[in-house]
Amino acid sequence: MATTATGTSAYTYDHGPAHVDDRPFIRKYIFSTDHKIIGIQFLLMSLTFLLLGGTLAMVMRWQLGFPGKPLPGGTLLPETYTNNGVVLPEFYNSAVTMHGTFMVFFAIMPLLVGVFGNYLIPLKIGAPDMAFPRINMASFWTAVPAGLLMLAGFFVEGGSAAAGWTSYAPLSARSDLTGVHLGQIFWCLSLIILGLSSIMGSFNYITTVINMRAPGMNWFRLPLSIWALFVTACLVLLAIPVLSGAAILLLFDQTIGTHFFDPQAGGQPLLWQHLFWFFGHPEVYILILPAMGMASDIIANGARKPIFGYTSMVLAIIAIGFLGWGVWGHHMFQSGMNPTLGTTFMISTLLISVPSAIKTFNWLGTIWQGNITFHVPMLHALAFVSMFVIGGLSGVFMAASPFDIYIHDTYFIVAHLHYVLFGGSLFAIFAAVTYWYPKMFGRMMSPFWGRVHFWLTLVFYNCTFFPMHQLGLHGHMRRIYDPTQYAFLREMQPVNQFISISAFCLFATQLIFAANFIGSWFKGEKAPDNPWLDNGLEWTLPSPPPHGNFATVPTVYRGPYEYSSPHSDLDYLPQNVPMPGGAGAPHPQPAGD
Amino acid sequence: MDKFLSWMLPPGASTFVGDIDWIYYLILAVTGVAFVLVEVALVVFLIRYRKRPGRKATYIHGSNRAEVIWTSVTAVVVVIIGLLSAPAWNKIKGREGVPPNAMPIGIEAKQFEWNVTYPGPDGKLGTKDDFTIRGQLHVPVDRPTVAMLTSQDAIHSFFVPSFRIKQDAVPGMHIRVWFQPTKVGEYELGCAELCGLGHYRMRAIVTVHTQADYDRWVAEQGHSVAQR
Amino acid sequence: MAHAAAMHEDVMLPPSSRAAGAGVYNEKLGMWIFLGSEVMFFTALIGTYVILRFAHPDAWVGHPRTTPLNIPVTAVNTFLLICSSVTMVKAFAAAQDGIQRSLRLWLLATAMIGATFVGVQVYEYTHLIEKGFVPSEGLFGSTFYTMTGFHGFHVTIGVICMTYVTIKAFRGKYSQTDHRGVEVIGLYWHFVDLVWIILFTIVYLI
Ligand code: HEA
Ligand code: HEA
Ligand code: CUA
Ligand SMILES: [Cu+2]
Repeated sequence: MATTATGTSAYTYDHGPAHVDDRPFIRKYIFSTDHKIIGIQFLLMSLTFLLLGGTLAMVMRWQLGFPGKPLPGGTLLPETYTNNGVVLPEFYNSAVTMHGTFMVFFAIMPLLVGVFGNYLIPLKIGAPDMAFPRINMASFWTAVPAGLLMLAGFFVEGGSAAAGWTSYAPLSARSDLTGVHLGQIFWCLSLIILGLSSIMGSFNYITTVINMRAPGMNWFRLPLSIWALFVTACLVLLAIPVLSGAAILLLFDQTIGTHFFDPQAGGQPLLWQHLFWFFGHPEVYILILPAMGMASDIIANGARKPIFGYTSMVLAIIAIGFLGWGVWGHHMFQSGMNPTLGTTFMISTLLISVPSAIKTFNWLGTIWQGNITFHVPMLHALAFVSMFVIGGLSGVFMAASPFDIYIHDTYFIVAHLHYVLFGGSLFAIFAAVTYWYPKMFGRMMSPFWGRVHFWLTLVFYNCTFFPMHQLGLHGHMRRIYDPTQYAFLREMQPVNQFISISAFCLFATQLIFAANFIGSWFKGEKAPDNPWLDNGLEWTLPSPPPHGNFATVPTVYRGPYEYSSPHSDLDYLPQNVPMPGGAGAPHPQPAGD
Repeated sequence: MDKFLSWMLPPGASTFVGDIDWIYYLILAVTGVAFVLVEVALVVFLIRYRKRPGRKATYIHGSNRAEVIWTSVTAVVVVIIGLLSAPAWNKIKGREGVPPNAMPIGIEAKQFEWNVTYPGPDGKLGTKDDFTIRGQLHVPVDRPTVAMLTSQDAIHSFFVPSFRIKQDAVPGMHIRVWFQPTKVGEYELGCAELCGLGHYRMRAIVTVHTQADYDRWVAEQGHSVAQR
Repeated sequence: MAHAAAMHEDVMLPPSSRAAGAGVYNEKLGMWIFLGSEVMFFTALIGTYVILRFAHPDAWVGHPRTTPLNIPVTAVNTFLLICSSVTMVKAFAAAQDGIQRSLRLWLLATAMIGATFVGVQVYEYTHLIEKGFVPSEGLFGSTFYTMTGFHGFHVTIGVICMTYVTIKAFRGKYSQTDHRGVEVIGLYWHFVDLVWIILFTIVYLI
């Protein structure tokens, strides 16, 4: 860790009078209104769900790789799940559904928006806290019951929801078709409650970014992570209520006998799909934009070079935010929707890859002629770029509606979504967690185990998900409990086995991360203020920052990417440092002028 | 393993193979180039510009020219892909796409089977010589067949990989889906939309006959139906 | 590289004074943004109504002649709600002029009219259900209860908050210089009112 060695030497700050925080434990860590604590609470919650989702994936992979073979430890599960150890279709369907639901709504979304939105926004814009700290606390404490309710599905009669994370009606609306009743109701209720949490979070973030920026922190000096989180918050604000609305209608169909999605009484099954995907596509950009933003910060830092094309990066984020609303139909090409719409959605979907292209090439531009340090966050951020590109490019295949006829609802889609969600979002999350861990917990994560975890993940991840493209091209459908039912899939079974074995290794590798995460919390090397020599405002504070963040309101003189600037003899120049070299150097005004 | 990692599409047996597969190979080529460019550039830069003591990164904030170039190039490429794909889409799924001489059949999906209604000798649906058979789809070769697709309960999806055709069967909707087999033989029909516990085994066999064999088969069936 | 140059100068710039923000205080801005979310929620419900009604006009046949709905009563109720917006405006004006007494009375009036509106809606529901017009009664029933129900829910929340604000007003918590609570609840109140006018038009009249 060469970088940590020189950690604080360069710029040192007077942190103001030593801050004594005498709030009782419960106000400090349980019902805290401090955005940093809330961020960490979200982190623990969503990592737990990530682990649960991963475990369910292992069950699915076992069944897919070795259908009919008893699941290790399967006998411990109730008869409704396994038949002397062998996974039952009931269990498989609820595993797929809950895997997708946990990962999207309770792992990746809270990890990006809940954790880093909370932790980074006030620190990076120089604010003491969120605009509405109490609403912020409420946002977390509504997310928890939502999660518990979703989990409860496993323990009620009939089992958890089992209609896929997309819960297509009428399968999800009529319990006589699945045998699942309470579980599906819980699914709706849980997402409605989680929606409240997300909405409380999002208008809080938006208000904070608009109103609480420190002097000098004008819009075009905002770090890209903040820009991304800001646009994401807007997407959450506008997309989530649509999901809530749809979930409410579905809930009524299940409980009070309404007929929104039930064709027998004139309801419309496709209506659900339109509502869901009108939310759903903006949702997938909610799951990638913050990842892109944080990766940009980390890559610029690792390359010790200003981000390439800051303005077009910002414009690309905004463009994705807008275009994301006009492409939902690409999930419904084969649904029976009017074919003419199909053509329109194909064009809009293809066009939406342009802003992502801009971002990709600007990341390349950033490392070009850099002076690259390969610290662990940087490794993950670079993996994010190269893996996201694979996922993005596979998206183009499906965007071409005629070819989507063939690969829709096959493992090609499964490959795509894992390349963007794991290869994209999750790698960026690994990067961000290792990057801001020192700030959050005041200790470094072990770089050695970090590297081990990174390389093993990169390898096993690709072994797990890359062959899924081939499965898809071979016609392997999604959400099937036993592929060997089909003659044309039997010959591909070795691939399924290879994938499963890689998946088990992948899971094991993640335990290294878990261990490193928990271990470093207690045993990790003490972190300096600024281990990565970063320009952001949060790095001017002690690690971890005190309650209320800044002793005096910082003044911002420049953007966050002034690495290797000729104005500084060091290779970085923090946002709040007056121009070095005295003459005519502006001086910070007193706070709150 | 090479067979498993091949990027070729499996052999097909309908006219759509010709309409669809080349689009796949086109996109494969385009995205392949993009992929190689990006990944190679990435790796080269990482090696070439790795940290060296006493060196500073060049202080550049970007280049408008570069931005304009890669933005417009990508935009043009994707629009071309779209324009080239549109005709195939309209031909296969377009409302006017269905050939007039297509043989009409009815397919009703329900948990977890496919019920196929055949027009019988008179070649018309809705007449009394129609007959329905469970789990078997029989069609003549080199002649378009149009299925009136619907579902009784959940949403199912009619998927014949070898024909490159897929269409959801939605309760309350009657969706026309057509295809024209080009090779006599037996193929698998699967359900591609999660429809409940039996989704994974909602399978049927598609038998493609020569016109003569098909007519003979229809005659037999029609007969045995008459018996009942 | 015009681009680079521009960024380069930015480095030399003196700090612009405190980033201006929206020039609106947090609570007000937050409420405006939150209402954006509400708009999307009701758009989803109204969109559903429109789609289903276009797909199945037959489910609405006879409407409005033989409709189970009692339009005159609801029309009066609508008028009440509009009045409550007027009283709300009055309350805010009073707050700005710092006239405590009228502020309290206007707020009280608003809260009570709101409560009345909810009351009338409950009465309407009970009657309809007696008539056998229940949520499971075809598409019309499904959409009717969902849309009016969720609006009623919003009014109820509004009344609760309004009561809270009124109590604060009676405690003299709002001055001529600082009466944010009154303005923010006002925004919400007018929004809910506006939504009702739309719902009344498309559900009852058209
Ligand atoms: C993080 C989440 C995320 C992201 C970012 C994306 C990004 C994209 N997605 Fe993806 N998508 C999902 C998550 C995501 N998707 C999920 C979860 C599903 C499955 C849902 C379900 O059914 O369960 C799905 C499904 C899905 C479908 C439906 C498939 C089907 O069910 O039949 C389609 C179809 O068009 C699609 C397209 C795209 C496209 C075009 C992009 C584009 O934004 C990608 C743009 C990026 C690039 C193109 C790469 C970078 C560009 C370059 C290197 C320049 C060169 C490029 C060219 C010349 C083209 N996605
Ligand atoms: C971000 C989202 C995400 C992630 C990370 C994953 C991860 C994995 N997924 Fe998932 N998957 C989805 C989102 C995701 N998936 C979605 C949306 C679907 C569609 C669902 C549907 O069809 O309805 C899907 C469907 C899906 C299928 C298709 C099932 C089917 O169609 O029949 C398969 C099959 O192999 C699969 C496998 C896996 C595997 C092996 C992993 C492995 O990567 C898992 C590895 C393990 C982990 C990632 C956990 C690591 C844990 C930690 C790091 C926590 C550390 C803990 C502490 C510090 C306390 N997934
Ligand atoms: Cu029928 Cu899946
Ligand atoms: Cu999408």
